Amino acid sequence: MNPMQIAVALWTLVGKEVRRFTRIWPQTLLPPSITMTMYFIIFGNLIGSRIGEMDGYDYMDFIVPGLIMMAVITNSYSNVASSFFSNKFQRSIEEMMVSPMPNWVILSGFILGGMARGLGVGIIVTGVSLFFTRIEVAHPVLTVLVVVLTAALFAAGGFINALLGKKFDDISIVPTFILTPLTYLGGVFYSISLLPEFWQGVSMLNPILYMVNVFRYGFLGVSDIPVGWALAAICAFITVLFAIALWMLERGKGIRS
Amino acid sequence: MAEPALSIRGLTKVYGNGFHALKGIDLDVQQGDFFALLGPNGAGKSTTLGVVCSLVQKSAGKVSVFGIDIDKDFAHAKYNLGVVPQEFNFNQFEKVEDIILAQAGYYGMSHREAKPRAAKLLKDLGLWDKRDGSARALSGGMKRRLMIARALIHRPKLLILDEPTAGVDIELRRSMWDYMRRINREEGTTIILTTHYLEEAESLCRNIAIINNGEIVKNTSVRELLGQLNTETFLLDLAEQVNEVPTLEDFQIEKVDSSQLAVSVKRGQRLNDVFQQLSDKGLTVVSMRNRANRLEEMFVSMVEESNAEAAK
Repeated sequence: MNPMQIAVALWTLVGKEVRRFTRIWPQTLLPPSITMTMYFIIFGNLIGSRIGEMDGYDYMDFIVPGLIMMAVITNSYSNVASSFFSNKFQRSIEEMMVSPMPNWVILSGFILGGMARGLGVGIIVTGVSLFFTRIEVAHPVLTVLVVVLTAALFAAGGFINALLGKKFDDISIVPTFILTPLTYLGGVFYSISLLPEFWQGVSMLNPILYMVNVFRYGFLGVSDIPVGWALAAICAFITVLFAIALWMLERGKGIRS
Repeated sequence: MAEPALSIRGLTKVYGNGFHALKGIDLDVQQGDFFALLGPNGAGKSTTLGVVCSLVQKSAGKVSVFGIDIDKDFAHAKYNLGVVPQEFNFNQFEKVEDIILAQAGYYGMSHREAKPRAAKLLKDLGLWDKRDGSARALSGGMKRRLMIARALIHRPKLLILDEPTAGVDIELRRSMWDYMRRINREEGTTIILTTHYLEEAESLCRNIAIINNGEIVKNTSVRELLGQLNTETFLLDLAEQVNEVPTLEDFQIEKVDSSQLAVSVKRGQRLNDVFQQLSDKGLTVVSMRNRANRLEEMFVSMVEESNAEAAK
């Protein structure tokens, strides 16, 4: 395929993915907005007012970046996992397999679709948060960069999950038993400086901690960990997951007999 | 001589469970041909076509599409291929037209080029009125036609149809045959068809391959194959009622019911002799037909021979 044909194929796939999640918006865009509104009301407003400050910031201001990031992570991941698995299940993935579209374009198309949903939900959650607090962004470029990279990383993770999944249950195991605990323990609701030293060390093994912290640094200018190191780690994770997903696609893992 | 539309050499497929689905098959399909690949269930038809379309990974062998080796430049080869699989493989929740346009996009066709092409195919295949509806609302026959339209959107030179008329009513099947004949004749599209309807293969195809147990049992023209038929059985409807089976010289005859006889006619024998002898006995033949499709008789005997060979 020449570059123009590749662009058309990629645009087609991304457009299809975006149409899919916007068509079923009551399942994809509405639930995270309602959940996050609950978090803002209960943790931010009701309980947060009694907690006081966290790392020198009002508790509501502290949790806003974490909650946005949580929404981006779960939606980027679940969009690709459910969409690609559904394509496998309905065998419509064969439409792409019989076409001359390179595997990296298929992978990129699904990742970009997942990022679109993750970032879309992130924007909605940010909009909801404006009803509860006034947002100031200390480092806008870094903030956007981190949230985009994080969306790409988890979209790639969702793709691998969908390739490996054999039944619908398989695509809910990782979000339920791995992603959600890691997100909750990734410093969304607290600063790891509150933890005993041992648990601070354990927390440093959680990759989501780095993303939440760098994103919060972009908003507030405060982070538990070095920003440059965290960015490098995110980029490394994206490279590794993209390479694994592409290798699996080339080998036809989970899609070719 | 032009490159074959499809050339297969030594194609082998061993599945993970050790099952040898294909045992080194060789097959050529010439450009412009209407070719049937026949075989019982599990013979290896869909596996063969799956390898050609990149849905199945081959274990060994070489496949070329219009001279392009799929191991060297599969993307280029895929431009020449259109595939209509056995099972419905589109997103049932998408709109009919969107399914076709998305497929065009995957081939790098611009929306401007794809839109009128999709409209033409939807009209040709009787789906124009359904274009804005969800694919799941289509009947089984319409879904099959949707897959044909989708397979043709990028103007492939080789169309592969894996049991395209399975479960389709007779009227629709005939109209699909007409359409396939038309694109083969007028547009020069090479067509490879697998089917369980032997009548379909006999009516549509010029050349044929019979595959059984992962091996090609026969690869020849339909005419030549039918020429090898040694005995045909005809059912004769009589104007009169018969109580006993009439005896005919040189012909084997049996009674089906009181007004129908089954006569076996060997190659070289003349049907006129049958009519003459029945007429001499005061019986009138008002109509006749083959007991089984002629190709079906050949097919069954070849598969049985092949199974017997494999059992030795």
